[in-house]
Amino acid sequence: MTPTLQFFLIVSAALFCIGLLAALSRRHAIFILIGIEMMLAAAGLNFIAFWRFGPRPAPPTGVMVTIFAIAIAAAEAAVGLALVIAVYRHYRTTNVDQLDHLKG
Amino acid sequence: MRGFIDQIFVNAKQQILSLVAGAPDWLGQIVSSLLNITALLVVFLTLFALASVWERKILARIQNRLGPNRVGPFGLLQPAADGIKMLIKEDIVPARADKVVHFLAPILIAATAVLALGVIPYGRNMTPFAIDGGILFFFAVGSTTEVSVFMAGWGSNNKFSMLGAMRAIAQMVSYELPLIITVLPVVMVVGSLTPDAIVAAQGGYSFGVLPHWFVFTPWGAVAFILFFVSGLVESNRTPFDVPEGESEIVAGHMTEYSGFKYATFFLAEYFGMFAVSGMAITLFLGGWHAPLPFLEFVPSYAWFFAKLGVLIFVFIWIRGTLPRIRVDQVMNFAWKFMLPMAFACVIAAALWHYQGRRWAGALWSLGWLVLVYMALTRFLDAGRKFAPRTYRYAE
Amino acid sequence: MSSVAFIVIAILTLAAALAAATLPKLIHAALCFALSFVGVAAFYFLLGAEFVGLVQIFVYVGAVAVLIVFTILLTRHDVEKDHGFNWSGVAVTLAVFAGLIWAVLKSGNLAPTAAPVAPLTVKQIGELLMTDYVWPLQCVGVLLTAALIGALVLVLEEKR
Repeated sequence: MTPTLQFFLIVSAALFCIGLLAALSRRHAIFILIGIEMMLAAAGLNFIAFWRFGPRPAPPTGVMVTIFAIAIAAAEAAVGLALVIAVYRHYRTTNVDQLDHLKG
Repeated sequence: MRGFIDQIFVNAKQQILSLVAGAPDWLGQIVSSLLNITALLVVFLTLFALASVWERKILARIQNRLGPNRVGPFGLLQPAADGIKMLIKEDIVPARADKVVHFLAPILIAATAVLALGVIPYGRNMTPFAIDGGILFFFAVGSTTEVSVFMAGWGSNNKFSMLGAMRAIAQMVSYELPLIITVLPVVMVVGSLTPDAIVAAQGGYSFGVLPHWFVFTPWGAVAFILFFVSGLVESNRTPFDVPEGESEIVAGHMTEYSGFKYATFFLAEYFGMFAVSGMAITLFLGGWHAPLPFLEFVPSYAWFFAKLGVLIFVFIWIRGTLPRIRVDQVMNFAWKFMLPMAFACVIAAALWHYQGRRWAGALWSLGWLVLVYMALTRFLDAGRKFAPRTYRYAE
Repeated sequence: MSSVAFIVIAILTLAAALAAATLPKLIHAALCFALSFVGVAAFYFLLGAEFVGLVQIFVYVGAVAVLIVFTILLTRHDVEKDHGFNWSGVAVTLAVFAGLIWAVLKSGNLAPTAAPVAPLTVKQIGELLMTDYVWPLQCVGVLLTAALIGALVLVLEEKR
C-alpha cells in the first residue's frame, strides 16, 4: 500500500521550501548553492511522483526529464562552485553581503 | 551429485526459509535478506583475515625474508593476534577534532565497501542481491566512498590528514572515469546491466576449449587491464598509495585513528580490493564459469574464489614490486592515457561486434587498439626534455 | 508495512535537509545535504524508478557533494564563523509552503491509488534516449562540455 500522490507532493513541496530557506537566508555563497540543488531535487521528485501515479501505460516523460534535470544540476553546480572559488580568490570572502562593488 | 554440491548453499537457504514459510511475506523477505547478509559477512571476514596474513607472507617472500610464522601453523592465526591487539588498544580522539565526523568516517567507509560486495554473483544462482542495474549500483556505492574519505581527513583536524584526504579524493575521482568507461564495452556487448546476465553471456566454449570470457577478446583484454589498474587506484594500493604514503604524510587521512577504527579502515581497504576483483571477474573473467569444459564438475563458487585468489595475489605482487608513483604523474596517467584508451576500447568493442565477433572482428579491434596505443605513446609528451646524460667515473 | 518505510524516509530526508539549511558549521551542513539526497534516492527506488535513483546517488552524492566539500576546503578563510541568519527568509519560505500545500490539498482527487508498476528498465531508457530523446541527449552533452570548459577557465590562475 503506497501513500497517495498528495503525500509525495507535500514532501517535495517541503523539500523545495527548505531549499528556498537555505537559498534566501544564508549568507555564505556555498549554502546558497546547496539550497538551489535541493530545489532541483525536489522538482525531480515531483516529476517522478507524477510519472508513478499517472495513467498506465505511462509515457516515460517523467523519468527522462528527471535524468536530464540531474545532469543539468550537476553541470550548474560545477560552474557555480567554480564561480565561488574565483570570487573568493579575488575578494577573499564568500559572504554575499560583501560582494557589492557594483552597488549604487 | 555435481549439481548438488554446486547448489548446496542455495538449497540450505531454501531449507531454512521453509521453516518460516507460514509467516507473512515481508518477514520471509527480511529473513532471506538477513541470511544473505550473514553469509556474505562471514565469508568475507574470513577472507579478509586470510588475505592479511597472505599479504604479509607474500610481501616477505618477495623481500627475501619469512613472514609471520610464530602464531599458529605457518602464521595462519596471525589475524587473531592482530585482532586482539587492535581491540585492546586505547581509542585516542584528538581534543579539537570534530567528534561526530571523526566517529562516523570509518563506519561509512566500511559500510560502502560491504554494500558493493552485495551485487556480485558468487556462483550459479548465488547473487546476494540481484538488482536490475547491479553494475550501476556497484559504481554508485563506490563513488560515495569519496565523501567518507573526506570525512576522515576533516574530522581529524590535522593538516596531514587534510592533505591525504584531498589527494585521495582527487585520485579517486580521476580514476572513476576510466573505471566506468572500461565497463561500457562489456555492457554494450551483453546489452544488460545485470551482473547475472553478464556472467551468463560468457558461458560456452569455442572449439571445445576456448571459453567465451571477454578477457580473451582484444578489447576485453585491454579493458581488463585498464579496469584492474583503476581498481588498484580506487583502493589506494601501492603503487598509487599517495594518500596513505607512509614516508610522506604519516598515514594520510588515517593518521589520527587508533585501535579498532584503524582496523576498520584496513578492513575497508581490503573489502574494496575484494569488490573490485569480484567485479573484474564478473565482467571479464567469466564469473563462476570453469575455464575448460571438462572441469565443470568443480562447483561454481569454487571457481569464483579461485579466480579471486589469483587476482588478490596479483594485487599483492604489484604492491611488493613497484615503487610509489608521484601524485601529478598519477593524474597525468589517468587523464591523458587511460581515458583515451578506455574510449578506444568502446570503439574496439563496437568494431568487434559489427565485424562478426569472430576472427575478422578480433583483428579489426586489435588493429584499432594498437593504432591508438601507438598514437598515444608517441604523441603524448609527458615529460620534460632531459639534458643528455653524462657519465663520470671515479678515476 | 511499506507505508511505514515511506514515512520514515520522508522524515529522514526532511530532517537532513532542514539540518543542511540551518546548521552553522558548513561541513556538517554539506554532509547532511548528502544524506538528504540519499533519502531522495530512496524515494526514487520505492517509486519504481530505480535507474534514476542510482543516477541520483552517483551524481549528487558522488560528485556534487564532493565538489561542494572541496570548495569548502578551498575557501576556508572564514569557514568557522557563521555569517548570520536572515530571518525574513523564514517568513517568505513559510508563505511559499502554505501556498503550495493549499494548492495540493485543494485540487481534488488526484489519482488516489497507483496502478501496478512495471519499472522502467534500463534497456527501455537506453532505447528512448537513442530514439525519442536523442536531441536532448546531444544538447546535454554539449552543455556538460561547455560547463566543464567553463569551470576550468573560471578557476585557471590568471597569467600576471
